[in-house]
Amino acid sequence: MSTAALYMLTAVLLVLSFRKDRKKTRQALKKAWKSFENILPQFLSILVLIGLMLAVLDRETITRLLGADSGAAGMAVAAAVGSVTLIPGFIAFPLAASLLSSGAGYGQTAMFLTTLMMVGLVTLPLETTFFGKRLAVMRNALAFVYAVVSSVILGVIL
Amino acid sequence: MILTLCRRYRMFLILFGVNVALVFLYPSVGCTAFALTGDNVLEMLSFLPPIFVLLGLLDVWVDRETMMKYMGRGSGTRGMLLAFILGSAAAGPLYAAFPMAGVMMKKGASMLNVFIFIGAWSTTKIPLIMFETATLGFRFMALRLVFNLVGIFLIAFILEREVRRHPAPLPEQRP
Repeated sequence: MSTAALYMLTAVLLVLSFRKDRKKTRQALKKAWKSFENILPQFLSILVLIGLMLAVLDRETITRLLGADSGAAGMAVAAAVGSVTLIPGFIAFPLAASLLSSGAGYGQTAMFLTTLMMVGLVTLPLETTFFGKRLAVMRNALAFVYAVVSSVILGVIL
Repeated sequence: MILTLCRRYRMFLILFGVNVALVFLYPSVGCTAFALTGDNVLEMLSFLPPIFVLLGLLDVWVDRETMMKYMGRGSGTRGMLLAFILGSAAAGPLYAAFPMAGVMMKKGASMLNVFIFIGAWSTTKIPLIMFETATLGFRFMALRLVFNLVGIFLIAFILEREVRRHPAPLPEQRP
């Protein structure tokens, strides 16, 4: 649904842009392709890596590691597995839901989810090309600390 | 030409090789991995084109002055709100946000706003929130949302202060 909206918005803007200035629009498309081609190798590597990871760590395995009564160790495993890479939400949420339904704690689930979406070691090189090493590392470290703190609180409350 | 291509795609080729090897050694794992990767590539190809076209349009049409006025230093609450809404309205995983953030920085958006944008993109996307409510329940979603709002701004503020203290030159965009 949101993808369709995104396409519509882009199409409208593209038509407007083309009406106003053909040359500039062509330039914009050229830039779009260039920046896409620029990060394509990294994108593809990340996708293959995510595929490999999810194939090895299937639902059963993850659930066993984070299952009921896994406690602090489960929290640690959740954080470690979640931090390896950035996984899009449409994969992360169903995975998290199956964790909860098979008996994982709220804290472990939140930890897994938050680190999955905010902390990514595999995507760090990609992030570095845009923010520089220092900032990229700091952002991931801060997001990790934040994930730990918020998940522990969430686990206590729920 | 082919050599440089190989070098650029080296990591991908290695990982792809590993996956092919897995198909022969552990067929079930290898095939699952390939299927998952295929799904993800299709998913990526579905939302990346508009994002990059928007990025190109942004680069061509929005000049430095405009970007600095709305999202630069001193754009205040309005700039932060704009960054937050832009990030929340987007689609795609976080790594698709990095090129967008790159253009924003190049055009003079403040680091605070860039990192609010990144934070919002990672966790408070509107379709994702609805999805989270459906899969994990309202209480879980609401609590996480409150924490995320605090976390996003906190992280952005800390990173902004860090940049001000150690103003490292940002890496040049590769042409």
